[in-house]
Amino acid sequence: MESRFGKEQVTTFRNETRVVVPKADLLSTMRMLKEARSFDLLVEVTCVDYLNFRDATDRFGLVYVLANTITNERLIVRIMLNEPDLKVDSLCVLWNGANWLEREVYDMFGIEFVGHPDLRRILMPEEFTSFPLRKDYPMQGRGERHNFPVLTRNQA
Amino acid sequence: MALEQATRDLPENVVVTKLDELASWCRKNSLWPMPFATACCGIELMATGASKHDLARFGAEVFRFSPRQCDLMIVAGRVAMKMLPVLQRIWQQMHEPKWCISMGACASTGGVFDTYAVVQGIDRFIPVDMYIPGCPPRPEQLIQAIIDLQDKIQVEGTIGGAEFETAQRQERKRALQELPMYGHSHYFHPESAVAQRSSAIGSH
Repeated sequence: MESRFGKEQVTTFRNETRVVVPKADLLSTMRMLKEARSFDLLVEVTCVDYLNFRDATDRFGLVYVLANTITNERLIVRIMLNEPDLKVDSLCVLWNGANWLEREVYDMFGIEFVGHPDLRRILMPEEFTSFPLRKDYPMQGRGERHNFPVLTRNQA
Repeated sequence: MALEQATRDLPENVVVTKLDELASWCRKNSLWPMPFATACCGIELMATGASKHDLARFGAEVFRFSPRQCDLMIVAGRVAMKMLPVLQRIWQQMHEPKWCISMGACASTGGVFDTYAVVQGIDRFIPVDMYIPGCPPRPEQLIQAIIDLQDKIQVEGTIGGAEFETAQRQERKRALQELPMYGHSHYFHPESAVAQRSSAIGSH
Protein backbone atom coordinates (compact mmCIF):
# COMPACT_ATOMS: atom_id res chain seq x y z
CA MET A 1 0.00 0.00 0.00
CA GLU A 2 2.74 2.42 0.95
CA SER A 3 4.75 1.56 -2.11
CA ARG A 4 1.79 2.32 -4.29
CA PHE A 5 0.53 5.58 -2.79
CA GLY A 6 3.66 6.97 -1.17
CA LYS A 7 4.57 6.80 2.46
CA GLU A 8 3.28 10.20 3.52
CA GLN A 9 -0.15 9.53 2.04
CA VAL A 10 -0.86 6.40 4.07
CA THR A 11 -1.64 6.59 7.78
CA THR A 12 -3.00 4.13 10.29
CA PHE A 13 -5.25 4.95 13.22
CA ARG A 14 -6.81 2.33 15.50
CA ASN A 15 -6.14 -0.38 12.93
CA GLU A 16 -7.89 1.57 10.19
CA THR A 17 -5.79 2.33 7.13
CA ARG A 18 -6.34 5.67 5.52
CA VAL A 19 -4.96 6.89 2.26
CA VAL A 20 -5.13 10.30 0.60
CA VAL A 21 -5.46 10.15 -3.16
CA PRO A 22 -5.08 13.00 -5.66
CA LYS A 23 -8.39 14.08 -7.06
CA ALA A 24 -7.56 13.26 -10.66
CA ASP A 25 -6.66 9.65 -9.79
CA LEU A 26 -9.86 8.90 -7.90
CA LEU A 27 -11.69 6.85 -10.48
CA SER A 28 -8.67 4.82 -11.58
CA THR A 29 -7.62 4.15 -7.98
CA MET A 30 -11.08 3.04 -7.00
CA ARG A 31 -11.35 0.81 -10.03
CA MET A 32 -8.03 -0.78 -9.15
CA LEU A 33 -9.10 -1.28 -5.53
CA LYS A 34 -12.35 -2.84 -6.57
CA GLU A 35 -11.12 -5.08 -9.35
CA ALA A 36 -7.55 -5.99 -8.34
CA ARG A 37 -7.78 -5.78 -4.54
CA SER A 38 -11.45 -6.88 -4.33
CA PHE A 39 -12.67 -4.06 -2.12
CA ASP A 40 -16.11 -4.91 -3.34
CA LEU A 41 -18.31 -2.92 -0.98
CA LEU A 42 -18.62 0.85 -0.80
CA VAL A 43 -19.69 1.37 2.79
CA GLU A 44 -19.94 5.11 3.00
CA VAL A 45 -19.34 8.34 1.16
CA THR A 46 -19.15 11.38 3.37
CA CYS A 47 -17.43 14.69 3.63
CA VAL A 48 -15.62 16.79 6.21
CA ASP A 49 -15.50 20.56 6.16
CA TYR A 50 -12.10 21.70 7.48
CA LEU A 51 -12.99 25.40 7.59
CA ASN A 52 -11.30 26.93 10.66
CA PHE A 53 -9.85 23.54 11.55
CA ARG A 54 -6.39 23.73 13.12
CA ASP A 55 -3.50 23.08 10.70
CA ALA A 56 -5.88 22.36 7.87
CA THR A 57 -4.71 23.29 4.41
CA ASP A 58 -7.66 22.06 2.37
CA ARG A 59 -11.31 23.02 2.70
CA PHE A 60 -13.13 19.72 2.16
CA GLY A 61 -12.09 16.14 2.74
CA LEU A 62 -14.21 13.70 0.80
CA VAL A 63 -14.17 10.32 2.52
CA TYR A 64 -14.87 6.93 0.98
CA VAL A 65 -14.99 3.89 3.19
CA LEU A 66 -14.36 0.63 1.37
CA ALA A 67 -14.67 -2.91 2.63
CA ASN A 68 -13.38 -6.22 1.38
CA THR A 69 -16.09 -8.67 2.28
CA ILE A 70 -13.80 -11.69 1.76
CA THR A 71 -10.90 -10.72 3.99
CA ASN A 72 -12.86 -8.29 6.17
CA GLU A 73 -10.37 -5.51 5.47
CA ARG A 74 -11.35 -1.89 5.50
CA LEU A 75 -9.80 1.00 3.69
CA ILE A 76 -10.58 4.68 3.98
CA VAL A 77 -9.83 6.70 0.88
CA ARG A 78 -9.83 10.44 1.12
CA ILE A 79 -9.49 13.17 -1.45
CA MET A 80 -9.03 16.83 -0.67
CA LEU A 81 -11.09 19.52 -2.38
CA ASN A 82 -10.87 23.27 -2.43
CA GLU A 83 -13.18 25.95 -3.63
CA PRO A 84 -14.03 26.93 -6.30
CA ASP A 85 -13.34 23.58 -7.96
CA LEU A 86 -15.72 21.24 -6.12
CA LYS A 87 -16.14 18.69 -8.89
CA VAL A 88 -15.30 15.02 -8.48
CA ASP A 89 -15.86 11.97 -10.62
CA SER A 90 -18.91 10.01 -9.58
CA LEU A 91 -18.38 6.43 -8.45
CA CYS A 92 -21.79 5.30 -9.67
CA VAL A 93 -20.09 3.52 -12.54
CA LEU A 94 -18.34 1.24 -10.05
CA TRP A 95 -20.88 0.90 -7.25
CA ASN A 96 -24.57 1.59 -7.81
CA GLY A 97 -24.85 2.19 -4.08
CA ALA A 98 -22.88 5.40 -4.51
CA ASN A 99 -25.93 7.01 -6.04
CA TRP A 100 -27.77 8.11 -2.90
CA LEU A 101 -24.58 8.54 -0.85
CA GLU A 102 -23.26 11.04 -3.35
CA ARG A 103 -26.61 12.79 -3.52
CA GLU A 104 -26.45 13.25 0.24
CA VAL A 105 -22.94 14.71 0.08
CA TYR A 106 -24.10 17.01 -2.70
CA ASP A 107 -27.13 18.05 -0.65
CA MET A 108 -25.19 18.81 2.51
CA PHE A 109 -21.87 20.11 1.16
CA GLY A 110 -22.45 21.11 -2.44
CA ILE A 111 -19.81 18.81 -3.90
CA GLU A 112 -20.63 18.15 -7.53
CA PHE A 113 -20.25 14.60 -8.75
CA VAL A 114 -19.48 14.52 -12.46
CA GLY A 115 -21.17 11.63 -14.23
CA HIS A 116 -23.80 11.05 -11.55
CA PRO A 117 -27.03 9.89 -13.20
CA ASP A 118 -29.42 11.95 -11.06
CA LEU A 119 -27.71 14.56 -8.92
CA ARG A 120 -30.59 16.13 -6.98
CA ARG A 121 -31.03 17.02 -3.34
CA ILE A 122 -32.04 14.00 -1.31
CA LEU A 123 -32.85 15.34 2.18
CA MET A 124 -33.54 19.04 1.91
CA PRO A 125 -36.40 20.47 -0.16
CA GLU A 126 -35.51 20.97 -3.78
CA GLU A 127 -35.79 24.75 -3.57
CA PHE A 128 -33.29 24.96 -0.74
CA THR A 129 -30.37 27.12 -1.81
CA SER A 130 -27.73 26.53 0.86
CA PHE A 131 -25.56 23.57 1.82
CA PRO A 132 -26.35 23.21 5.50
CA LEU A 133 -23.48 21.06 6.77
CA ARG A 134 -20.84 23.52 5.60
CA LYS A 135 -19.22 25.19 8.56
CA ASP A 136 -20.01 28.68 7.27
CA TYR A 137 -23.75 27.92 7.34
CA PRO A 138 -25.31 29.03 10.64
CA MET A 139 -26.73 26.17 12.68
CA GLN A 140 -30.07 27.90 13.11
CA GLY A 141 -30.30 28.43 9.39
CA ARG A 142 -30.92 31.65 7.50
CA GLY A 143 -34.61 31.94 8.29
CA GLU A 144 -35.80 29.06 6.13
CA ARG A 145 -37.50 27.34 9.03
CA HIS A 146 -39.69 30.40 9.65
CA ASN A 147 -40.49 30.95 6.01
CA PHE A 148 -44.03 29.59 5.96
CA PRO A 149 -47.50 31.12 5.78
CA VAL A 150 -49.28 31.38 9.12
CA LEU A 151 -52.69 29.74 9.39
CA THR A 152 -55.05 31.41 11.86
CA ARG A 153 -58.34 30.23 13.28
CA ASN A 154 -60.21 32.25 10.68
CA GLN A 155 -58.41 30.84 7.72
CA ALA A 156 -58.92 27.15 8.15
CA MET B 1 -88.86 30.79 39.79
CA ALA B 2 -90.66 28.99 37.04
CA LEU B 3 -87.54 26.96 36.36
CA GLU B 4 -87.27 25.93 39.99
CA GLN B 5 -90.89 24.87 39.93
CA ALA B 6 -90.33 22.81 36.81
CA THR B 7 -87.20 21.19 38.24
CA ARG B 8 -89.05 20.19 41.37
CA ASP B 9 -91.76 18.47 39.36
CA LEU B 10 -89.35 16.51 37.15
CA PRO B 11 -89.13 12.76 37.56
CA GLU B 12 -85.84 11.11 38.47
CA ASN B 13 -83.10 10.74 35.80
CA VAL B 14 -84.15 13.90 34.01
CA VAL B 15 -81.75 16.81 33.84
CA VAL B 16 -82.52 20.31 32.67
CA THR B 17 -79.82 22.01 30.65
CA LYS B 18 -79.29 24.36 27.78
CA LEU B 19 -79.13 23.09 24.23
CA ASP B 20 -75.82 24.82 23.74
CA GLU B 21 -74.33 23.01 26.67
CA LEU B 22 -75.76 19.75 25.46
CA ALA B 23 -74.09 20.23 22.11
CA SER B 24 -70.78 21.02 23.76
CA TRP B 25 -71.18 18.04 26.05
CA CYS B 26 -71.62 15.77 23.04
CA ARG B 27 -68.65 17.29 21.26
CA LYS B 28 -66.28 17.04 24.16
CA ASN B 29 -67.05 13.42 24.90
CA SER B 30 -66.59 12.14 21.38
CA LEU B 31 -63.30 13.58 20.24
CA TRP B 32 -61.78 11.81 17.27
CA PRO B 33 -58.04 12.35 17.39
CA MET B 34 -55.86 12.61 14.33
CA PRO B 35 -52.45 11.28 15.40
CA PHE B 36 -49.76 13.40 13.78
CA ALA B 37 -47.01 11.36 15.38
CA THR B 38 -43.55 12.10 14.07
CA ALA B 39 -41.26 11.06 16.92
CA CYS B 40 -41.02 9.46 20.35
CA CYS B 41 -44.07 11.38 21.61
CA GLY B 42 -46.00 9.22 19.16
CA ILE B 43 -45.05 6.15 21.20
CA GLU B 44 -46.54 7.74 24.31
CA LEU B 45 -49.57 8.67 22.24
CA MET B 46 -50.00 5.02 21.30
CA ALA B 47 -49.57 4.00 24.92
CA THR B 48 -52.28 6.46 25.87
CA GLY B 49 -54.65 4.86 23.43
CA ALA B 50 -53.79 1.34 24.58
CA SER B 51 -55.58 -0.60 27.27
CA LYS B 52 -53.47 0.35 30.28
CA HIS B 53 -54.10 4.09 30.11
CA ASP B 54 -57.29 3.68 28.11
CA LEU B 55 -58.22 6.89 26.41
CA ALA B 56 -61.64 5.36 25.79
CA ARG B 57 -62.61 6.42 29.30
CA PHE B 58 -62.67 9.98 27.97
CA GLY B 59 -64.36 9.22 24.68
CA ALA B 60 -61.31 9.98 22.57
CA GLU B 61 -60.11 6.52 21.63
CA VAL B 62 -61.07 6.44 17.95
CA PHE B 63 -57.85 7.40 16.20
CA ARG B 64 -58.45 7.98 12.53
CA PHE B 65 -55.65 8.43 10.03
CA SER B 66 -57.72 10.53 7.69
CA PRO B 67 -57.98 14.21 8.63
CA ARG B 68 -61.49 14.39 7.21
CA GLN B 69 -62.78 12.07 9.91
CA CYS B 70 -61.12 13.81 12.84
CA ASP B 71 -61.71 16.83 14.99
CA LEU B 72 -58.66 16.79 17.27
CA MET B 73 -55.16 16.91 15.89
CA ILE B 74 -52.48 15.71 18.29
CA VAL B 75 -49.11 16.83 17.00
CA ALA B 76 -46.71 14.48 18.74
CA GLY B 77 -43.07 15.07 17.94
CA ARG B 78 -40.77 17.45 16.17
CA VAL B 79 -41.95 18.90 12.89
CA ALA B 80 -39.26 19.27 10.28
CA MET B 81 -39.23 22.13 7.84
CA LYS B 82 -40.13 19.74 5.05
CA MET B 83 -43.06 18.34 7.06
CA LEU B 84 -44.72 21.65 7.96
CA PRO B 85 -46.57 22.18 4.64
CA VAL B 86 -48.00 18.67 5.12
CA LEU B 87 -49.08 19.53 8.65
CA GLN B 88 -50.79 22.70 7.45
CA ARG B 89 -52.58 20.92 4.66
CA ILE B 90 -53.84 18.22 7.02
CA TRP B 91 -55.04 20.90 9.43
CA GLN B 92 -56.93 22.59 6.64
CA GLN B 93 -58.55 19.35 5.60
CA MET B 94 -60.07 18.74 9.02
CA HIS B 95 -63.64 19.82 9.51
CA GLU B 96 -64.87 22.34 12.01
CA PRO B 97 -65.21 22.17 14.93
CA LYS B 98 -61.60 21.14 15.37
CA TRP B 99 -58.92 21.47 18.00
CA CYS B 100 -55.20 20.99 18.19
CA ILE B 101 -52.96 19.64 20.95
CA SER B 102 -49.25 20.33 20.73
CA MET B 103 -47.73 17.37 22.52
CA GLY B 104 -44.23 17.57 23.94
CA ALA B 105 -41.39 20.04 23.97
CA CYS B 106 -40.49 19.63 20.30
CA ALA B 107 -43.92 20.31 18.87
CA SER B 108 -44.40 23.26 21.23
CA THR B 109 -41.01 24.95 20.95
CA GLY B 110 -38.66 22.88 18.83
CA GLY B 111 -37.16 21.42 22.01
CA VAL B 112 -33.50 20.55 21.82
CA PHE B 113 -33.59 20.64 18.03
CA ASP B 114 -32.68 24.28 17.57
CA THR B 115 -31.42 23.72 14.03
CA TYR B 116 -32.10 24.94 10.54
CA ALA B 117 -34.34 21.99 9.70
CA VAL B 118 -36.77 21.96 12.64
CA VAL B 119 -39.75 24.27 13.08
CA GLN B 120 -39.51 26.08 16.41
CA GLY B 121 -43.03 25.48 17.64
CA ILE B 122 -46.02 24.58 15.49
CA ASP B 123 -48.03 27.43 17.02
CA ARG B 124 -46.07 29.79 14.79
CA PHE B 125 -47.95 28.39 11.82
CA ILE B 126 -51.17 26.71 12.97
CA PRO B 127 -53.51 27.46 15.89
CA VAL B 128 -52.95 25.39 19.05
CA ASP B 129 -55.42 24.86 21.90
CA MET B 130 -53.37 22.88 24.41
CA TYR B 131 -49.67 22.55 25.02
CA ILE B 132 -48.22 19.58 26.86
CA PRO B 133 -44.75 19.90 28.38
CA GLY B 134 -42.45 16.91 28.65
CA CYS B 135 -39.92 15.03 26.61
CA PRO B 136 -41.88 12.92 25.96
CA PRO B 137 -44.91 13.58 28.19
CA ARG B 138 -46.34 10.71 30.19
CA PRO B 139 -49.71 9.34 29.03
CA GLU B 140 -51.22 10.85 32.18
CA GLN B 141 -50.19 14.28 30.96
CA LEU B 142 -51.83 13.72 27.60
CA ILE B 143 -54.99 12.55 29.33
CA GLN B 144 -54.90 15.65 31.53
CA ALA B 145 -54.59 17.82 28.43
CA ILE B 146 -57.58 16.10 26.87
CA ILE B 147 -59.59 16.64 30.07
CA ASP B 148 -58.59 20.31 30.07
CA LEU B 149 -59.51 20.56 26.42
CA GLN B 150 -62.88 19.04 27.22
CA ASP B 151 -63.44 21.81 29.76
CA LYS B 152 -62.54 24.33 27.12
CA ILE B 153 -64.90 22.75 24.60
CA GLN B 154 -67.70 22.72 27.20
CA VAL B 155 -67.67 26.49 27.61
CA GLU B 156 -67.21 27.60 24.02
CA GLY B 157 -69.77 25.87 21.79
CA THR B 158 -73.35 26.50 20.71
CA ILE B 159 -75.93 24.12 19.27
CA GLY B 160 -75.82 25.67 15.82
CA GLY B 161 -72.05 25.74 15.79
CA ALA B 162 -72.17 29.30 14.48
CA GLU B 163 -68.88 30.13 16.15
CA PHE B 164 -67.25 27.46 14.01
CA GLU B 165 -69.07 28.03 10.75
CA THR B 166 -69.65 31.65 9.91
CA ALA B 167 -70.68 32.43 6.36
CA GLN B 168 -67.41 34.23 5.84
CA ARG B 169 -65.48 31.20 6.99
CA GLN B 170 -67.44 28.90 4.72
CA GLU B 171 -66.59 31.19 1.85
CA ARG B 172 -62.91 30.99 2.69
CA LYS B 173 -63.00 27.26 3.11
CA ARG B 174 -64.64 26.58 -0.22
CA ALA B 175 -61.21 26.33 -1.72
CA LEU B 176 -58.31 25.37 0.49
CA GLN B 177 -56.15 28.34 1.14
CA GLU B 178 -53.41 28.62 -1.42
CA LEU B 179 -50.32 27.29 0.27
CA PRO B 180 -46.91 27.31 -1.32
CA MET B 181 -46.06 23.83 -2.53
CA TYR B 182 -42.72 22.40 -3.50
CA GLY B 183 -41.82 23.63 -6.91
CA HIS B 184 -42.64 27.27 -6.19
CA SER B 185 -39.16 28.40 -5.61
CA HIS B 186 -39.60 31.62 -3.60
CA TYR B 187 -40.43 29.39 -0.66
CA PHE B 188 -37.08 28.77 0.94
CA HIS B 189 -35.33 31.95 -0.05
CA PRO B 190 -34.60 34.09 2.99
CA GLU B 191 -34.92 37.29 0.97
CA SER B 192 -38.49 36.56 -0.11
CA ALA B 193 -41.44 38.62 1.12
CA VAL B 194 -42.82 35.75 3.20
CA ALA B 195 -39.50 35.34 4.94
CA GLN B 196 -39.24 39.00 5.81
CA ARG B 197 -42.74 38.98 7.24
CA SER B 198 -42.01 35.85 9.24
CA SER B 199 -38.75 37.19 10.62
CA ALA B 200 -40.57 40.31 11.75
CA ILE B 201 -42.92 38.05 13.72
CA GLY B 202 -40.44 35.43 14.85
CA SER B 203 -37.71 36.04 17.37
CA HIS B 204 -34.89 34.48 15.35
